[in-house]
Amino acid sequence: MSKRIDVDDLNVYYSDFLAVEGVSMNIEPKAITALIGPSGCGKSTFLRTLNRMHEVIPGARVTGKATLDGEDLYGPQVDPVAVRRHIGMVFQRPNPFPTMSIADNVLAGVRLNSKRLSKSQAEETVETSLRGANLWNEVKDRLDRPGSSLSGGQQQRLCIARAIAVKPDVLLMDEPCSALDPISTLAIEDLMHELKSDYTIVIVTHNMQQAARVSDRTAFFNIAGTGKPGKLIEMDDTTVMFSSPREKATEDYISGRFG
Amino acid sequence: MNLLAARWFEFVATGAGIIILVILAAVAAFLIWEATPALTADISELQKISWFNADSFLAFVAPLIFGTLLASLLALLVAVPLAVSIALFISHYAPRKFAGPLGYVIDLLAAIPSVVYGLWGALWLAPVIDPVFRWLTSFLGFIPLFADYQPPAKNIMTASLVLAVMILPIITAVSREVFLQTPRLHEEAALALGATRWELVRMAVFPFGRSGVISAAMLGLGRALGETMAVLMILSPGTLFSFFLLKPGQHQTIAANIASKFPEASGVSVSVLIATGLALFVITLLVNMAARWIVSRRSDFSGAN
Repeated sequence: MSKRIDVDDLNVYYSDFLAVEGVSMNIEPKAITALIGPSGCGKSTFLRTLNRMHEVIPGARVTGKATLDGEDLYGPQVDPVAVRRHIGMVFQRPNPFPTMSIADNVLAGVRLNSKRLSKSQAEETVETSLRGANLWNEVKDRLDRPGSSLSGGQQQRLCIARAIAVKPDVLLMDEPCSALDPISTLAIEDLMHELKSDYTIVIVTHNMQQAARVSDRTAFFNIAGTGKPGKLIEMDDTTVMFSSPREKATEDYISGRFG
Repeated sequence: MNLLAARWFEFVATGAGIIILVILAAVAAFLIWEATPALTADISELQKISWFNADSFLAFVAPLIFGTLLASLLALLVAVPLAVSIALFISHYAPRKFAGPLGYVIDLLAAIPSVVYGLWGALWLAPVIDPVFRWLTSFLGFIPLFADYQPPAKNIMTASLVLAVMILPIITAVSREVFLQTPRLHEEAALALGATRWELVRMAVFPFGRSGVISAAMLGLGRALGETMAVLMILSPGTLFSFFLLKPGQHQTIAANIASKFPEASGVSVSVLIATGLALFVITLLVNMAARWIVSRRSDFSGAN
């Protein structure tokens, strides 16, 4: 559990178009790393390269190096399916499987890994995962109801429960609160604080207050203009980034002068 | 002005909806009206008809209903797995430049007239499939389903295979459209959990497309139930409740029976044929209601909310 990711000179292409250029960063274990920056700066694209989800888009490819505790994520024998089983992901909009019950949603990933699950094992996994996602008390009486019967914030926590049920090494979160109301957002942020002790978390957010509240390290991405590639401008401890950033662009963005 | 356009649209749409109901009611009324003489006639009256060899109208129509259902269900059994596989291949496996033409070819199958399918089945498929049936009956003949094959292959199995080819395009086309509609969110959810392509299909595509595939199968079943020419040209008819799928002279379908008897019919014999048509109408209604029920049973979990 909880591994580090090291990225060295990573470029992301959509066919011939260079979308993200030359990213190098170290993502620490048991910490929350926030990726911030204006729309279109490539932070979500970069996040998706960490569990190879970008490969879903035809023509998307990567050059450079990304390792998980020293193991190459893009090695020739590495199956993207295996990468995604180690590096979980939570999406912008909650996406529980609508045809599955709450319990089955939690177990969806677990069932992929180990087909046979005894009833008691399954119940235990459901409970620990839902407790881990701070959702257990709200749903324990209706585990057989469809996941889509929950509110948006609950659905998102269900998705987090589903992601942590497989005990991943890293949890990627792509704007996990952007579709949620402030109270649900607070619940997710509290949850991230608790999850930090077990997982490496990388979160993309448009909300700078959120980055300042939850993250230990912050990386600022920017784009020179449309058609230009997104770049990592700087990365530092969150307190440093929000008080005395080295780059002018970072300061402008954080102080709300653009973006 | 806009309000007027909205009114007009409402009027046209409502009218179109009502017309469907009116047509359905008119067909039902016609069938019931024309069938009544046969349903109320004395049995001795009916038995004067040369081909009426039963003790009651019910005893006459029952084997035809059996034959119709058997032929259609066999066709569905063959066509649905094949159609779903093809649809899945086109929507989720095939490279894009290959998927388009393949879908087009499948759609073309639907444009072939049924009489051509009948010719194809009787003149080409029957001799070609003969060795397969011979093999089945000699090695699996201990199973009653496959016992007693007699060439030529003018049996219900051949008829059902041709029906399966005929209903393949509609089931494939509808399933493909439904599979393509699978929300990207659900597909990504599955992939992010580390699902392989097949697991993605099982977790996201099939559950989402389930009701659509059932609807597609029902459309196909509707066509198979009513198909006339192909069955008429291929099947050597009989009126038994028989599960010998490879034996000729065992089964007949309602539609093919009407087509073969109608040219010579007059008076009460026309009424008997229309009464069998009424039975077919009722079967189709029941089948569709059953399908609706299956789809609605788990509507909580359909993802429509």
